[in-house]
Amino acid sequence: MKVKYFAWVRERVGKAEETIEPPATVRTVEELITWLSGQSEAYAYAFEKPKVIRTAIDHTHVKSDTAIAGAREIAFFPPMTGG
Amino acid sequence: MTSSVTNCPVAIRIQEDDFDIAREIAVLTKSRTDIGAVVTFSGICRADEDSSKIAALTLEHYPGMAEEEIKRHVDEALSRWPLNGVTVIHRVGRFMPGQNIVLVLTASQHRRAAFEAAEFLMDYLKTSAPFWKKEESATGTGWVEAHARDDDAAARWTRS
Repeated sequence: MKVKYFAWVRERVGKAEETIEPPATVRTVEELITWLSGQSEAYAYAFEKPKVIRTAIDHTHVKSDTAIAGAREIAFFPPMTGG
Repeated sequence: MTSSVTNCPVAIRIQEDDFDIAREIAVLTKSRTDIGAVVTFSGICRADEDSSKIAALTLEHYPGMAEEEIKRHVDEALSRWPLNGVTVIHRVGRFMPGQNIVLVLTASQHRRAAFEAAEFLMDYLKTSAPFWKKEESATGTGWVEAHARDDDAAARWTRS
Protein backbone atom coordinates (compact mmCIF):
# COMPACT_ATOMS: atom_id res chain seq x y z
CA MET A 1 0.00 0.00 0.00
CA LYS A 2 1.00 3.58 -0.60
CA VAL A 3 1.57 5.78 2.45
CA LYS A 4 1.69 9.58 2.40
CA TYR A 5 2.85 12.00 5.08
CA PHE A 6 2.04 15.69 5.43
CA ALA A 7 3.27 18.76 7.33
CA TRP A 8 5.46 17.96 10.36
CA VAL A 9 4.78 14.23 10.06
CA ARG A 10 6.37 14.40 6.58
CA GLU A 11 9.32 16.41 7.90
CA ARG A 12 9.94 13.99 10.77
CA VAL A 13 9.62 10.84 8.64
CA GLY A 14 11.87 12.48 6.05
CA LYS A 15 9.78 11.61 2.99
CA ALA A 16 6.45 12.57 1.45
CA GLU A 17 5.37 9.08 0.37
CA GLU A 18 6.47 5.48 0.06
CA THR A 19 5.13 2.01 -0.59
CA ILE A 20 5.12 -0.32 2.39
CA GLU A 21 4.27 -3.96 2.99
CA PRO A 22 3.45 -4.45 6.66
CA PRO A 23 3.06 -8.02 7.93
CA ALA A 24 -0.44 -9.52 7.97
CA THR A 25 -0.54 -9.20 11.77
CA VAL A 26 -0.84 -5.40 11.31
CA ARG A 27 -4.57 -4.99 10.92
CA THR A 28 -5.60 -1.52 12.09
CA VAL A 29 -4.40 2.06 11.73
CA GLU A 30 -3.22 1.97 15.34
CA GLU A 31 -1.23 -1.21 14.72
CA LEU A 32 0.28 0.27 11.56
CA ILE A 33 1.46 3.32 13.52
CA THR A 34 3.03 1.03 16.14
CA TRP A 35 4.70 -1.05 13.42
CA LEU A 36 6.04 2.02 11.59
CA SER A 37 7.33 3.45 14.87
CA GLY A 38 9.47 0.36 15.27
CA GLN A 39 11.08 0.76 11.83
CA SER A 40 13.44 3.64 12.65
CA GLU A 41 14.02 6.60 14.93
CA ALA A 42 12.54 8.92 12.31
CA TYR A 43 9.19 7.10 12.40
CA ALA A 44 9.33 6.81 16.19
CA TYR A 45 9.80 10.61 16.35
CA ALA A 46 6.98 11.30 13.86
CA PHE A 47 4.56 9.04 15.77
CA GLU A 48 5.77 9.76 19.30
CA LYS A 49 2.31 11.07 20.22
CA PRO A 50 0.05 8.70 18.26
CA LYS A 51 -3.15 10.25 19.61
CA VAL A 52 -2.28 13.55 17.88
CA ILE A 53 -1.84 11.91 14.46
CA ARG A 54 -4.79 12.02 12.06
CA THR A 55 -5.25 9.33 9.44
CA ALA A 56 -7.06 9.11 6.12
CA ILE A 57 -7.65 5.96 4.09
CA ASP A 58 -8.29 6.53 0.40
CA HIS A 59 -8.97 10.25 1.00
CA THR A 60 -11.44 9.75 3.87
CA HIS A 61 -10.77 10.53 7.56
CA VAL A 62 -10.73 7.37 9.68
CA LYS A 63 -10.35 6.50 13.36
CA SER A 64 -7.34 4.63 14.77
CA ASP A 65 -9.24 1.34 15.18
CA THR A 66 -10.15 1.23 11.45
CA ALA A 67 -8.98 -1.87 9.54
CA ILE A 68 -6.37 -1.18 6.86
CA ALA A 69 -7.22 -4.23 4.71
CA GLY A 70 -7.90 -3.20 1.13
CA ALA A 71 -6.54 0.33 1.56
CA ARG A 72 -4.82 1.72 -1.52
CA GLU A 73 -3.51 4.88 0.11
CA ILE A 74 -3.07 5.72 3.78
CA ALA A 75 -2.10 9.23 4.85
CA PHE A 76 -0.79 10.42 8.23
CA PHE A 77 -0.84 14.07 9.21
CA PRO A 78 -1.21 16.51 12.13
CA PRO A 79 -4.53 18.17 13.01
CA MET A 80 -5.54 20.44 10.15
CA THR A 81 -4.98 24.19 10.21
CA GLY A 82 -6.32 25.48 6.90
CA GLY A 83 -8.95 28.09 6.18
CA MET B 1 -14.26 20.53 -9.63
CA THR B 2 -17.57 21.91 -10.94
CA SER B 3 -21.05 20.41 -10.73
CA SER B 4 -24.63 21.57 -10.83
CA VAL B 5 -27.64 20.18 -8.96
CA THR B 6 -31.08 21.79 -9.32
CA ASN B 7 -29.57 25.01 -10.60
CA CYS B 8 -27.08 25.18 -7.75
CA PRO B 9 -23.65 25.43 -9.39
CA VAL B 10 -20.81 24.29 -7.13
CA ALA B 11 -17.20 25.28 -7.80
CA ILE B 12 -14.33 24.01 -5.66
CA ARG B 13 -10.82 25.11 -6.55
CA ILE B 14 -7.43 24.77 -4.93
CA GLN B 15 -4.95 27.07 -6.57
CA GLU B 16 -1.77 29.08 -6.10
CA ASP B 17 -3.19 32.12 -7.90
CA ASP B 18 -5.08 34.89 -6.17
CA PHE B 19 -8.85 35.21 -6.61
CA ASP B 20 -10.97 38.22 -7.49
CA ILE B 21 -13.96 38.36 -5.13
CA ALA B 22 -16.07 40.62 -7.36
CA ARG B 23 -15.45 38.40 -10.37
CA GLU B 24 -16.39 35.26 -8.43
CA ILE B 25 -19.67 36.85 -7.29
CA ALA B 26 -20.40 37.92 -10.88
CA VAL B 27 -19.79 34.36 -12.15
CA LEU B 28 -22.09 32.90 -9.49
CA THR B 29 -24.95 35.35 -10.09
CA LYS B 30 -24.72 35.81 -13.88
CA SER B 31 -28.15 35.52 -15.57
CA ARG B 32 -29.77 34.52 -12.27
CA THR B 33 -32.85 36.25 -10.91
CA ASP B 34 -33.62 33.65 -8.24
CA ILE B 35 -30.68 34.62 -6.01
CA GLY B 36 -31.54 37.14 -3.32
CA ALA B 37 -28.47 36.82 -1.13
CA VAL B 38 -24.77 36.18 -1.58
CA VAL B 39 -22.56 35.82 1.48
CA THR B 40 -18.81 36.18 1.00
CA PHE B 41 -16.18 35.07 3.46
CA SER B 42 -12.56 35.73 2.68
CA GLY B 43 -9.70 34.62 4.89
CA ILE B 44 -6.58 36.77 4.79
CA CYS B 45 -3.04 36.19 6.03
CA ARG B 46 -2.62 38.16 9.31
CA ALA B 47 0.58 39.77 10.52
CA ASP B 48 -0.02 38.86 14.17
CA GLU B 49 -0.63 35.46 15.70
CA ASP B 50 -1.05 35.64 19.46
CA SER B 51 1.98 37.74 20.39
CA SER B 52 4.33 36.91 17.51
CA LYS B 53 4.77 38.83 14.25
CA ILE B 54 4.27 36.71 11.15
CA ALA B 55 6.50 37.38 8.16
CA ALA B 56 4.90 34.77 5.91
CA LEU B 57 2.66 31.69 5.90
CA THR B 58 3.09 28.59 3.79
CA LEU B 59 -0.01 26.51 3.05
CA GLU B 60 0.42 22.80 2.30
CA HIS B 61 -2.42 20.51 1.27
CA TYR B 62 -3.23 16.89 0.43
CA PRO B 63 -4.04 17.00 -3.30
CA GLY B 64 -7.09 14.94 -4.17
CA MET B 65 -8.36 14.51 -0.63
CA ALA B 66 -8.62 18.29 -0.06
CA GLU B 67 -11.04 18.70 -2.97
CA GLU B 68 -13.02 15.60 -1.97
CA GLU B 69 -13.29 16.63 1.68
CA ILE B 70 -14.52 20.12 0.74
CA LYS B 71 -17.01 18.54 -1.68
CA ARG B 72 -18.38 16.30 1.10
CA HIS B 73 -19.07 19.35 3.26
CA VAL B 74 -20.54 21.33 0.37
CA ASP B 75 -22.88 18.38 -0.29
CA GLU B 76 -23.89 18.40 3.36
CA ALA B 77 -24.50 22.16 3.21
CA LEU B 78 -26.71 21.62 0.15
CA SER B 79 -28.74 19.04 2.08
CA ARG B 80 -29.19 21.40 5.05
CA TRP B 81 -29.90 24.77 3.43
CA PRO B 82 -31.73 25.84 0.26
CA LEU B 83 -28.71 27.12 -1.66
CA ASN B 84 -28.51 28.47 -5.20
CA GLY B 85 -24.75 28.33 -5.62
CA VAL B 86 -21.51 27.65 -3.74
CA THR B 87 -17.93 28.59 -4.58
CA VAL B 88 -14.97 27.55 -2.42
CA ILE B 89 -11.44 28.59 -3.36
CA HIS B 90 -8.47 27.71 -1.15
CA ARG B 91 -5.03 28.93 -2.08
CA VAL B 92 -1.80 27.04 -1.42
CA GLY B 93 1.78 28.28 -1.48
CA ARG B 94 3.55 31.05 0.43
CA PHE B 95 1.68 34.15 1.56
CA MET B 96 2.61 37.52 3.05
CA PRO B 97 0.38 39.37 5.52
CA GLY B 98 -2.53 40.99 3.71
CA GLN B 99 -2.78 38.35 0.98
CA ASN B 100 -5.91 36.29 0.35
CA ILE B 101 -5.96 32.65 1.49
CA VAL B 102 -9.51 31.35 1.24
CA LEU B 103 -12.85 32.36 -0.28
CA VAL B 104 -16.30 30.94 0.42
CA LEU B 105 -19.33 32.23 -1.49
CA THR B 106 -22.83 31.00 -0.75
CA ALA B 107 -25.89 32.11 -2.68
CA SER B 108 -29.50 31.60 -1.72
CA GLN B 109 -32.93 33.13 -2.09
CA HIS B 110 -32.83 34.57 1.43
CA ARG B 111 -29.93 35.67 3.59
CA ARG B 112 -30.18 33.28 6.53
CA ALA B 113 -29.36 30.15 4.53
CA ALA B 114 -26.42 31.88 2.86
CA PHE B 115 -25.00 33.18 6.17
CA GLU B 116 -25.37 29.85 7.96
CA ALA B 117 -23.99 27.75 5.10
CA ALA B 118 -20.93 30.01 4.73
CA GLU B 119 -20.20 29.72 8.44
CA PHE B 120 -20.73 25.96 8.40
CA LEU B 121 -18.36 25.55 5.44
CA MET B 122 -15.65 27.69 7.03
CA ASP B 123 -15.88 25.85 10.36
CA TYR B 124 -15.35 22.54 8.56
CA LEU B 125 -12.66 23.90 6.26
CA LYS B 126 -10.63 24.81 9.33
CA THR B 127 -10.98 21.48 11.11
CA SER B 128 -11.37 18.76 8.49
CA ALA B 129 -10.04 19.87 5.11
CA PRO B 130 -6.43 18.64 4.81
CA PHE B 131 -4.49 21.90 4.78
CA TRP B 132 -1.63 22.89 7.08
CA LYS B 133 -0.07 26.28 7.78
CA LYS B 134 3.58 26.89 8.51
CA GLU B 135 4.49 30.23 10.02
CA GLU B 136 7.65 32.23 9.46
CA SER B 137 8.51 34.85 12.06
CA ALA B 138 11.59 36.63 13.41
CA THR B 139 12.11 33.77 15.84
CA GLY B 140 12.04 31.03 13.18
CA THR B 141 9.53 28.81 11.40
CA GLY B 142 7.00 26.42 12.85
CA TRP B 143 3.79 24.59 12.06
CA VAL B 144 0.65 26.31 13.30
CA GLU B 145 -1.09 24.32 16.03
CA ALA B 146 -4.77 23.47 15.72
CA HIS B 147 -7.04 25.36 18.11
CA ALA B 148 -9.65 23.70 20.30
CA ARG B 149 -11.89 26.70 19.60
CA ASP B 150 -12.04 25.67 15.93
CA ASP B 151 -13.10 22.12 16.89
CA ASP B 152 -15.77 23.63 19.15
CA ALA B 153 -16.98 25.84 16.29
CA ALA B 154 -17.34 22.83 13.97
CA ALA B 155 -18.92 20.64 16.67
CA ARG B 156 -21.91 22.97 17.09
CA TRP B 157 -23.11 21.95 13.59
CA THR B 158 -23.20 18.25 14.50
CA ARG B 159 -26.68 16.80 14.18
CA SER B 160 -27.71 14.34 16.85
